[in-house]
Amino acid sequence: MERSQKVTLLMPKETPVPAGGFEPASSEYAFADRLAAWKARWGINRYRLGIKPGLYALEGPSAGSPVFATANYKPSFDALRRNLKGVSAWLLVLDTKGINVWCAAGKGTFGTLELTRSIRETGLGKLVSHRRIILPQLGAPGVSAHRVKAYTGFSVVYGPVRAGDIPEFLRLGNKATPQMRLVRFGFEDRIILAPMELVYFGKYLLPAALLFYFLGARSDALLTVFTLLASTALAPALLPWLPGRSFAVKGAFAGLLGITAAFPLLRLGPLPLAARVMLYVPAASFIVLQFTGCSTYTSLSGVMKEMRAALPAQAVCAAAGLLMLLGGVLWR
Amino acid sequence: MALRYLKGVSTLKLDVDKCIGCGMCVEVCPHAVFKLEARKAAILDSDLCMECGACSGNCPVQAITLKKGVGCAAAVITGFLRGTEPDCGCGDGSCC
Repeated sequence: MERSQKVTLLMPKETPVPAGGFEPASSEYAFADRLAAWKARWGINRYRLGIKPGLYALEGPSAGSPVFATANYKPSFDALRRNLKGVSAWLLVLDTKGINVWCAAGKGTFGTLELTRSIRETGLGKLVSHRRIILPQLGAPGVSAHRVKAYTGFSVVYGPVRAGDIPEFLRLGNKATPQMRLVRFGFEDRIILAPMELVYFGKYLLPAALLFYFLGARSDALLTVFTLLASTALAPALLPWLPGRSFAVKGAFAGLLGITAAFPLLRLGPLPLAARVMLYVPAASFIVLQFTGCSTYTSLSGVMKEMRAALPAQAVCAAAGLLMLLGGVLWR
Repeated sequence: MALRYLKGVSTLKLDVDKCIGCGMCVEVCPHAVFKLEARKAAILDSDLCMECGACSGNCPVQAITLKKGVGCAAAVITGFLRGTEPDCGCGDGSCC
């Protein structure tokens, strides 16, 4: 009883259906698409990759053709269409504000209500004879399949996690194998995130390094650059081999590796060097802690737990390092 | 080498009495936390759970509860600064 009430409350308003509201699309993946994807990885024009939401007709679909839903983020849309070579299909692009499927599902913009609205407004039910819509599995955090069914009559079929598995999924008669259902975080998945991390933190740390250099603090300029590289590129690459489960702990070790790599280039006595370790290790720890957001396996509860311990520890450690530096200057 | 996050933190709970064994949780979980045995869902390893909420949202009988969220330190900091729930602010030109 209570549940049916909830359903009525959440039901979006019916809106008039535009006639023939779809656009053509192709499965061709051109150089310009590749370039846009590469630029997005470096944070260039990343938030201007929203495509027009709505219904797209891929290779002249008919009433019996399958329907796939995706986000209105160009790389998501491209990943879908390029893996549908030789397939006629309807592509329903939800308005996720130009954000990829998984992130949008986490926020709920790739979600039950947007999917329902989109099915209604595009008049999809009049274009196809079946009532099935294939969603990327990573859209599931935002979607309640049973609610979509209740609102629209369409059954949600969760496809594979990776668009690359779609041909095999179709061959198996819309079945995803257990392997297709698993999200991975292998070397390639991790290292592809490094440019974005490097660009984001480099924005602050490279000017800082330059400033140190011109102030004559050559060792600090070097340490800043090495810490940046260790925490944004080395840490993702070595993530499984860095000790501990906590990202803050892994980050501290990455920071130590960075300092070790810089060591032959440094001109510092034991005490000033110790002070630098106390400063740059927590900095690396903090940066790698932010990488939890890029990882595919950390939970909010876990992140909260480690932040409660890590942030105070990082602050105390860095403050001690600063005091040591100041003490060293005053002593002289 | 398999990556595993902190032990014993997940808020995932399954009420087996409510479960109708439809298998949706097994299907949507990206970390294979669930299995189906004797026509009921069971939690294989809750330490693998990343609290994405796919299972609870797709359970037609609300047998699964958890505190859904995004495991992102930047989101927690943003939420703390704005005095809101953790918010990744994606789309405001900031992160993921």
